[in-house]
Amino acid sequence: MEEQFPIKKVMDDQGNLIDSSFEEKIDQELVRTMYYNMLRIRTFDRKAINLQRQGRIGTYPPFEGQEASQVGSALALEDGDWMFPTYRDHGATLTFGADMVRTFLYWNGRHEGVVPPEGKNIFPAAVPIATQIPHATGTAWAEKRKGTTNIALAYFGDGATSEGDFHEGLNFASVFQTPTVFFNQNNGYAISVPIEKQMNSETIAQKALAYDMPSVRIDGNDCFSVYFEMEKAVNRAREGGGPTLIEAVTWRTGAHTTADDPTKYRPDGQGEEIVHPLDRLEMFMKNYGHWNEEWISETKEKIEAEVEAAVDAMENSPKANPADLFDYVFEEMPEQLEEQKDQYLAQLKGD
Amino acid sequence: MDLKVKQKPESNSKTKQMTMIQAINDGLKTMLELDDTTIVLGEDIGKNGGVFRATEGLQEIFGEDRVVDTPLSESGIVGTSVGLAVNGFKPVAEMQFMGFIYPAYDQIMTHVSRLRMKTLGHYSAPMVTRAPYGAGIRAPEIHSDSAEALFTHMPGIKVVCPASPYDAKGLLIESIEDPDPVIFMEPMRSYRAKREDVPEGKYNVEIGKGQKLQEGTDITLIAWGAMVTVAEQAAKQAEEQGVSCEVLDLRTLYPLDRDLIAESVQKTGRAVIVHEAQGTGGLGNDILSVINDTSFLYLRSPIERVTGFDVPVPFFSLEDHYLPTAKRVLESIHKSVNF
Repeated sequence: MEEQFPIKKVMDDQGNLIDSSFEEKIDQELVRTMYYNMLRIRTFDRKAINLQRQGRIGTYPPFEGQEASQVGSALALEDGDWMFPTYRDHGATLTFGADMVRTFLYWNGRHEGVVPPEGKNIFPAAVPIATQIPHATGTAWAEKRKGTTNIALAYFGDGATSEGDFHEGLNFASVFQTPTVFFNQNNGYAISVPIEKQMNSETIAQKALAYDMPSVRIDGNDCFSVYFEMEKAVNRAREGGGPTLIEAVTWRTGAHTTADDPTKYRPDGQGEEIVHPLDRLEMFMKNYGHWNEEWISETKEKIEAEVEAAVDAMENSPKANPADLFDYVFEEMPEQLEEQKDQYLAQLKGD
Repeated sequence: MDLKVKQKPESNSKTKQMTMIQAINDGLKTMLELDDTTIVLGEDIGKNGGVFRATEGLQEIFGEDRVVDTPLSESGIVGTSVGLAVNGFKPVAEMQFMGFIYPAYDQIMTHVSRLRMKTLGHYSAPMVTRAPYGAGIRAPEIHSDSAEALFTHMPGIKVVCPASPYDAKGLLIESIEDPDPVIFMEPMRSYRAKREDVPEGKYNVEIGKGQKLQEGTDITLIAWGAMVTVAEQAAKQAEEQGVSCEVLDLRTLYPLDRDLIAESVQKTGRAVIVHEAQGTGGLGNDILSVINDTSFLYLRSPIERVTGFDVPVPFFSLEDHYLPTAKRVLESIHKSVNF
């Protein structure tokens, strides 16, 4: 199956284009957008790990190593499209337009954290595995019924393909030909279980054969491969061509979460040969005349400042409101819940 | 003695004699006609009209896009309904039997019920999940579960269970119009048990309000769904033996109509709660706590519960032993009155 689903690349590990026809398509704007977003989310990710270590936010699942997959895929969406992320996809949500302060707030246990900016269709991160996949199918189905060209993008990991909802979501999408892109980040591990124990299939892309669904296996550390294959899938969905499964082969550099110790299950040195997606993009920029020290250092400063400001805003935001416990469970609050709320708030006041 | 206190429809529309299954079909049809965003989906509900014929003829009228035969995929049905609901549609999903809702339980528990709260109201998944439930029709195993307590325990979801054709249609319409997600339980045993006058067109029965079916002074019988008939039978027999029973049909299981329960129990000072689900962890215990909270000093005897036993719902050769009967209810009535 690896022969049938070879890993598609636009550039090699050293940032050289494999197919020179891409040189025209990859203009400075695309390169800079890609670099800016990848650096931005990596800076966010490293900051979040530090904040957790200092006890300033809760448990945090890093995505370092998956920047190309998340940025490349998110950049292929437009306003009006829907994003259904997992808990490790805040790189993608930030790229699509989620607010950074709110993203920090989410990892600090705050409900405000999942509220997207007005006009941005970003679903809260799914914490149960694979449950967001049927949501993306259903929402895309709704767009199809309304006759729009909007699409829905579902993120999920390699472990999620073992869940029933993976099958149910893809099967519905195939039966009803919904405009959905199923974007798998195969990062090699589901917490501690490696891919070869997760499945006996050589690829994840081949699973689409069962649904007669187009699929492609790409180098998830090659931001251009991700972006251009995503663009194809998104266009197909917009044009009524139905769903696509994309397997982006990538690597989780760090732990599953800040509460996890990967040395328990990963052999020493495993993955060290993998060139980090951001390093690869830097090499590409140098190879093809896109490297501009001045722009790079301005960009770094801008990102550092944004992240620091977001941390400040997160830490200075008002405390969680206890009334939020009760106020949004139902649109119309049942009397018995109202009683619980009144009693508890009165008790708090008395304290 | 028949003191039915029934809500009358607002409209002066004509009525038609209907069974509960016909009333449900009519309720779905009414909402499909009135609201283009209503979409009915489930297994075998289109061409086949549903295994109980609840959706008979609807696909012919409203087309395959609005009355959708889905893959055999309960989690997929509810999961895609979440996606449809957040994007402007009003899904009415059918679980073929409540005993098959469990694969969808994850979706209902982790998304449908808590989406609104977790996003501080930004997203919500107003949808109706219909589920035929209960024993007594000699169905194969698993087809006869009564799983309301799994959902009344779940915050963020309303649970409705009609006992009559009239209430079935009015509550179904109300559930479809409700801004919050609703589990709509349909007692299979009552689907064709009786006919009554059901108004044509749209009318609503309020969620959260039970109904007093019979006035009485000595004891309150509290039931819902198929157990309402059992309670009524026991009330009739008790009446003949000189015990005056008040019969309550709760109709909504979350949120409970606490006022109705309290008012009645404060008058009679006694109660028997009847439900066919297992007793432990059952909704009867929540009704007990309502009585405890509201009516403790009015009680003249301990509250009785007549429920399914704490065993899996059995194969049908044993289901009559499992299910509460009028005889068991009557025994509890006497126990309470003679305390």
